[in-house]
Amino acid sequence: MSDPKIHDVIILGSGPAGLTAAIYTARANLEPLVIEGEPSSTGDQPGGQLMLTTEVENFPGFPEGIMGPELMMNFRNQASRFGATFDTAKASKVDFSARPYEIWTGDPEAAEPTYLAHSVIVSTGATALTLDVPNEQRLMGHGVSTCATCDGFFFRDHDIAIVGGGDSAMEEATFLTRFAKSVTVLVRREELRASQIMQDRALANEKIRFLWNTEVVDVVGEHSVEKLIVRNNKTDETSDLEVTGLFVAIGHRPNTDLFEGQLEMKDNGYLVTDAPSSLTNIDGVFACGDVQDDSYRQAITAAGSGCTAALDAERWLEANIHA
Amino acid sequence: MSDKVSTLTDTTFDEVVNSASAPVVVDFWAEWCGPCKMIAPILDEIADEQGDAISINKLNVDENPATAQRFGVMSIPTILVFRDGELDKRIVGAKGKSALMAEMGF
Repeated sequence: MSDPKIHDVIILGSGPAGLTAAIYTARANLEPLVIEGEPSSTGDQPGGQLMLTTEVENFPGFPEGIMGPELMMNFRNQASRFGATFDTAKASKVDFSARPYEIWTGDPEAAEPTYLAHSVIVSTGATALTLDVPNEQRLMGHGVSTCATCDGFFFRDHDIAIVGGGDSAMEEATFLTRFAKSVTVLVRREELRASQIMQDRALANEKIRFLWNTEVVDVVGEHSVEKLIVRNNKTDETSDLEVTGLFVAIGHRPNTDLFEGQLEMKDNGYLVTDAPSSLTNIDGVFACGDVQDDSYRQAITAAGSGCTAALDAERWLEANIHA
Repeated sequence: MSDKVSTLTDTTFDEVVNSASAPVVVDFWAEWCGPCKMIAPILDEIADEQGDAISINKLNVDENPATAQRFGVMSIPTILVFRDGELDKRIVGAKGKSALMAEMGF
C-alpha cells in the first residue's frame, strides 16, 4: 500500500463543495486529504466547473465579481493554509463495504488501495453533457466545443450556434457575442429554463437569435464544422443551419459511476442524502455539492452543503473513532 | 515556467520545429484559458524530467494567431507534437500527466 496511514477524512473532488469541506475539516484539525481530480476540459478537473467559467457575479462577498478560476484558487489556498493536503489524481475505485474505507487512484485493478480512510466526503460534482449526435465527437475541438470561455476566441466574426436553454447556455451565448458575428441559440422547448436576469440579457442582445423547438440531428463537416442539420420538433421539418461553430450547454450528469452498487442513487444518477444532512446510506460516507444536487446546482449551495458534510463528518468521527 | 520550456512566435515557429532533432511539443494557450493554466505545470514537469529528449514549447494564440490558424487550432489547450518537422499528434483539451504522456507518444 502506498500510504498505509488511516486518514480521518478523505475528500473526493475539489469544487466549491469539496474545498469548503476541506476548509472546515482542516480547521477542526482533521488533516483532510483532498483527491482533487486531474486536469480536463469537461468539468471534473481540480476546482470543478467554475474553472471553465469567466466572471462569477453571484458569489456573496465579491461585490465586483470574481473570475471563476481565481475564486477556486482562493478556496484551495484557504484549505491549504489550515493543513489540507492534495493529491492531483482521480479516484479510480472505492470500496465502502468494510472499514476503514478503501480508495484507489491510478490502476483500479491494483491489489492494494492507495488510501485508507475512517470517513469519506464525496464531492465529485458533475460533467457537461454532450448531444450524442453522429459526428459530434469527431468534430470536438474542430468547431464543436463544450467550453465557450476556452474556445470562443477562435470564432471571431463567425456565425455560430449554441444548444441549451438554461443559465449556462445564456451566459455562454452572451459571452460568445464578444467574438462571433451572430449566435443562434437552439432551444428544444418553447421557452427558456434560465433565470430572468440571464434571459433578459440574452434576449436584449442584438447578435443573439433564438430558434425554438429545435434539436440538432447531426454536425456536418470534413475537417471542421461547416453546418448543422436541425429539426423542428413540432413540425418535424429538417433544415440546414450554416454555422462554423457549435457550443453545447445542455446540462450536466453527476460523476457517480464510481459509486455504482455502493451508494444509493436516484434514477438520474444523483446521490441520495438524508436531507438536510449529508449522510448517505453508508455510515461515515457523506455527500455534498452537485453530485447530490439535481435542483439548485450553484457554487454557493455547493459550498454550503460542503460545510454541512464537514460538520457531519466531524460529529461522526467524534462519536465513532475519537470517542 | 521551467527554463527548459521555450516560447515560440509566428516568426520563430518554423525554424524551431524544422531544425530540432528531438520531438517538438507545442502547447497552444492563452492567458484567459483556465484549462491551459492547469496543464502548464504538468508541461513544466515533463520538460524538467525529459531534458533534451523532448523540446517543450508554448505558443500564445492571442499574440500569434497566424500559427494557430495554420494548424486549425479551434480549441485550447491544443498540444501538437512534431517529429522530424512533421505534425504527428494532436491533443485537444486538458489532461492529467500520464494521459498526456501516453497521447503524445512518449
